[in-house]
Amino acid sequence: MKNSNIQLIDESGKRVDGRYPNEMRRLRIEAGVLKNADGSAYIELGNNKIIVAVYGPHESTPKYLAEPDRAVIRCRYSMAPFSVSDRKSPSPSRREVELSMVIRQALEPAVFLNEYPRTMIDVFIEVLEADGGTRTASITAAAVALADAGIAMRDLVSAIAIGKVGGRLVVDLNGLEDQYGEGDMPIAMMPQLNYVTLFQADGVFTPQEIEDAFRMVADPIKKIYREQKRALKKKYVDVVREVEKSE
Amino acid sequence: MSESKSAGVLSLLKREVILAGLRKGEREDGRSLTEYREIEVKTGYVGKAEGSALVSLGDTKVIAGVKVDVGTPFPDTPNMGVQIVNAEFIPVASPVFEPGPPGEDAIELARVIDRGLRSAEAVDLESLVLVPGSKVWTIFVDIYPLDHYGNLIDASGLAAMSALLDTKLPVATVEEGEVRVSEEKKPLPIKTRVVYVTIAKIEDFLVVDPTFEEELAADARITYAVNEDLNICGIQKGGSGAFRVKELLDARDIALEVAPKLFEKLPGKPGA
Repeated sequence: MKNSNIQLIDESGKRVDGRYPNEMRRLRIEAGVLKNADGSAYIELGNNKIIVAVYGPHESTPKYLAEPDRAVIRCRYSMAPFSVSDRKSPSPSRREVELSMVIRQALEPAVFLNEYPRTMIDVFIEVLEADGGTRTASITAAAVALADAGIAMRDLVSAIAIGKVGGRLVVDLNGLEDQYGEGDMPIAMMPQLNYVTLFQADGVFTPQEIEDAFRMVADPIKKIYREQKRALKKKYVDVVREVEKSE
Repeated sequence: MSESKSAGVLSLLKREVILAGLRKGEREDGRSLTEYREIEVKTGYVGKAEGSALVSLGDTKVIAGVKVDVGTPFPDTPNMGVQIVNAEFIPVASPVFEPGPPGEDAIELARVIDRGLRSAEAVDLESLVLVPGSKVWTIFVDIYPLDHYGNLIDASGLAAMSALLDTKLPVATVEEGEVRVSEEKKPLPIKTRVVYVTIAKIEDFLVVDPTFEEELAADARITYAVNEDLNICGIQKGGSGAFRVKELLDARDIALEVAPKLFEKLPGKPGA
């Protein structure tokens, strides 16, 4: 975590990759990228590359997990062995177990689970390349994949991290900033309803910085939401275009 | 793989009773919304452990034990000792715990406690290096809930922190790269103490130190780890519900208000 030898913000206030403190990395989302899945999405956030497949709602497997009044969400966050510098064993680490859970809990508030009793909705996340912020990018993509599967939702879920480097709050930590910075605070929100569905932090933050972080995250969350909607619409624009061509 | 499930069943009627109380500002056990249950900390509970503590938080009981060993540092931190926090939800503690390797709830709890201690730099890991890059002390903190009546995070935090404050580390000398561990022991160096404050959200109510039934009635929970400077050194939202930003900031204020009362229950820092 800490290493004072590495300067993460220079005199002009720019970060290691040339961004300003309130600047996100380049974001690109694509919906409906997989043929087998009922819904899918691909996200690139800076160097992060993540693919998400949603299967369901389908009959609960195993059966004993089924709930009489709602759907059960099953979520798996997994990092490919080649997604990081040192090969990661494909078996789930403790980190992946925790992230599978907090990502599921970040998505659940947005889904009308009671619309699909006794069923199961699978959210499978594969991180193909990781460079800081994979949990938030996974949530952003998973929300698009759920919508792409036609599942009834209250809102999308848009997520990004606020971090602390060189004593300053910054938006969207990259891998280097995550490793050597002073703190990481991932936040997921339902942007229209204005609810927080994931909120974690490590590192030391003053009480005021918690407030500042929420102020700082509002704009990037809006941007992410716009990109999510664009990705969802684009899929259908493409379909319409193809149909028009064939007529 | 993580599946949505509840940690138990709470009847709708019971939930209504809890809510009816909260609307009047009352809880079933007579506490206010920002009040902890009775806290008791017994250190030195297990003689064979280098440090240990039995904590009761009302009817919730958690034991934490510290074992130490000479090991190798992580490659990216050659000049730091190793801290490992593990939790086992043993079936002794609750009918909702199944035997077997730690599930996601136990892993989450251990990782939340670990992050709080690590972020605050509670254990002075830099003082635990014997031979830089090859031999360091490894500090194992093992958390065992014995009776689960709600709010395992805060009780585990108190137990882990108390056990660390109780830990005596053998004096080790290094001769030509060989580590000799003597019988003599000195306290484990602790830079700051950390407490964890968990607040459950039950509809629009924020409730500190939830009981097991309050946890079942809750939509979500939020935990703030707080260090001695009253800064936040860890955050974890849990549960399948959502918070308004204002609720999270209110919960932060509550956490900062009650944290000093938790510090009072902890043993003092060695040498302090």
